[in-house]
Amino acid sequence: MSPIANPVVNPEATAFNLERGLAAFRAEIDGPVAAFFSSCVHCGICAQSCPFYLETGDPKYTPILKLEPLRLVWESEFTLWGKIKGALGLQQRVTDAMLAEWEELIYDSCSMCGRCSMVCPVGNDIQAMVRKSREGMVAAGHAPEGLAGAAVRAVKTGSPMGLQWKTLQVQIEHVQTSSGLTVPVDQAGVDYLVMLSSMEVINFPEYLEAITKIFDHAGVTWTLSTQCFEATNAGIQIGNKDIAALLVERVVDAAVTLGVKNVISPECGHAYTAIRWEGPNLIGRRYPFRVFHIIEVMDQLRAQGRITTAGKELDRLSLHDPCNLARKSGVIQQQRNLMDLVAEQFVELPEHGRFQWCCGAGGGVSSNERAEPLKLAAFKRKKAQIEAVEPERMVTMCATCRTQLEEGLEHFNMDIPVVGLTELIADHLVDKEEPT
Amino acid sequence: MTTIADPMGFLLFTKGPLFNIAIAIFALGLAARLAEILLLGRRPNFAEPRAGEWLPGLRTVVTRTLPDPGTFKRAPFNVLTGLIWHVGFLVALLLFIPHIELIKGLFGVSWPGLPNPFVDLVTAVTLVALAATLVHRLTHPVKKRLSTIEDYLIWAVTFLVVLTGYLAYNRLINPYPLALGLHILTAELFLILLPFTKLTHIFTVFIARWYNGASFGRRGVQS
Ligand code: HEM
Ligand code: SF4
Ligand code: SF4
Repeated sequence: MSPIANPVVNPEATAFNLERGLAAFRAEIDGPVAAFFSSCVHCGICAQSCPFYLETGDPKYTPILKLEPLRLVWESEFTLWGKIKGALGLQQRVTDAMLAEWEELIYDSCSMCGRCSMVCPVGNDIQAMVRKSREGMVAAGHAPEGLAGAAVRAVKTGSPMGLQWKTLQVQIEHVQTSSGLTVPVDQAGVDYLVMLSSMEVINFPEYLEAITKIFDHAGVTWTLSTQCFEATNAGIQIGNKDIAALLVERVVDAAVTLGVKNVISPECGHAYTAIRWEGPNLIGRRYPFRVFHIIEVMDQLRAQGRITTAGKELDRLSLHDPCNLARKSGVIQQQRNLMDLVAEQFVELPEHGRFQWCCGAGGGVSSNERAEPLKLAAFKRKKAQIEAVEPERMVTMCATCRTQLEEGLEHFNMDIPVVGLTELIADHLVDKEEPT
Repeated sequence: MTTIADPMGFLLFTKGPLFNIAIAIFALGLAARLAEILLLGRRPNFAEPRAGEWLPGLRTVVTRTLPDPGTFKRAPFNVLTGLIWHVGFLVALLLFIPHIELIKGLFGVSWPGLPNPFVDLVTAVTLVALAATLVHRLTHPVKKRLSTIEDYLIWAVTFLVVLTGYLAYNRLINPYPLALGLHILTAELFLILLPFTKLTHIFTVFIARWYNGASFGRRGVQS
């Protein structure tokens, strides 16, 4: 289906309904899903991994329960036993009312952090099945308004926040004035195409200046693209493959137009998993370029001896691993290597790396205004971790996590500033030797 | 046929025709379940992998048996009772000499067993731990919420298999053929239910863990 015929984007298209929802659930069922549902022993351990359950104490937020609609479709249509029960009229069916009730469970109370998938003793990848369930929810017309709004804006304007190139242009000029460097735009044949996230452009303009300095320092050739600068994918967050594929194609087109070898995802965890892991499958082919998170690129430059820093931060710093970057993408050691360059006193949170705790805002929770109280509740896990090691500042590498940490810490009157790792590195670069 | 009037007849029935029926339902049912899963397969994955799938998948099959330290701290009772009774059940099932002889008779393979009094002790511990899992299921808010009639049915059948075995071995039900017949009957019920209930996990857990480990492993994370 083309996005034009997609009711999320076009109100005139035939509305989504239960039947389309069930078809979308059905289309998501594969061998792993069948193996996972066949194996669940109702032990409840997954609840112990979910910040939304742990911080509310409400058993309805148990991860596996969030998948009940998908499970029912699997049982009734993909198992012999379910078909027999169906013929006897004993099989429960998914109804519109059920999906309406599950909307809160599948969106508001799940940041798709993937912790449950690491902990379930039978190995159920629950997070992957939440992602799949969202496809069914959208097609059934049960996605939160906040996410639908972001998806419409992303399709129509290129940014989920409606940000335009004009705004970015102003920021580029700012960076050029303050750094005395050039921000390359639409340069063909360079090594890296740099993507951004609107959230970052609006909340953390320091990022663009930081990478401009780092790439100049390391002698990296790079560019922004006027054709496409947004790396986040609202189609993945809401759970609609048509929209998601369209947004990925824009990035691919921009990279192909400029003939770059690599695309860099910004300090945003979700954008990275979207373009790195889901993207090629959404468009059904391999990319003609490679994809890296900015943290991976900086660590490669460090390893090649192309980043020279001087001095260290002297206060006590700790690190928040974004779920999408660490647990879901294996970027764990890189940020620690970089911290070593610039931090005198680095303390790990009690559970970190692949077992870190979510900030509570991922998976579209932060674009879904209705979920605000749950988002704050889930943050209490992170807060407790931070309290356990009492850092003076937190460092992270995802604009959504950073915003959530800042807001959450402020809400609880904790005076702990949050900084982006890229800026921290940029702050310690030694000046290049002037050519004599 | 009444069991009380003719214990020997009952035992022969459970060892003969009923055993064959149970094995047939178990084998066909399980084959159907495994086929349902494996035939679905996976879509091709076009994302550039960081690592292979096979090894991380196999590693997860093994490592998920024990929880990460944080989870253990948050749910020690759940984890420990589960582990204890599973180990106990497997010891009683696979290392009790009469069971080994049964398997030898059926498949021609055998291995050394453990002394009977030891298996007897393990069985008693298993029963206590199983009872503890039931209490946990009835009291923990998450488990209460998750549980269906099936969970209690499966608990009861599993418990009865172990209990009747314990009672028969210790001659606590008389006459002995009746005791043994009841044990075999409950084991057959267990086998018949296995492919159609969550007991399927005994086999599918390996597939589920592999898929999980493969998916994370491909992305460079040992899950
Ligand atoms: C003869 C073998 C087995 C039997 C009879 C069996 C039976 C059961 C039953 C009845 C439960 C639910 C317990 C409850 O109500 O709380 C359970 C849970 C579980 N089983 Fe098994 N199972 C067997 C083998 C396995 C194997 C081989 C694995 C993994 C490799 C496994 C992993 C689990 C796990 C992780 C749980 C959840 C933990 C818990 O709640 O205690 N089981 N099993
Ligand atoms: S932890 Fe796994 S097996 Fe246990 S209830 Fe949750 S999904 Fe089911
Ligand atoms: S992915 Fe995270 S938030 Fe979602 S159910 Fe699992 S543990 Fe909870």
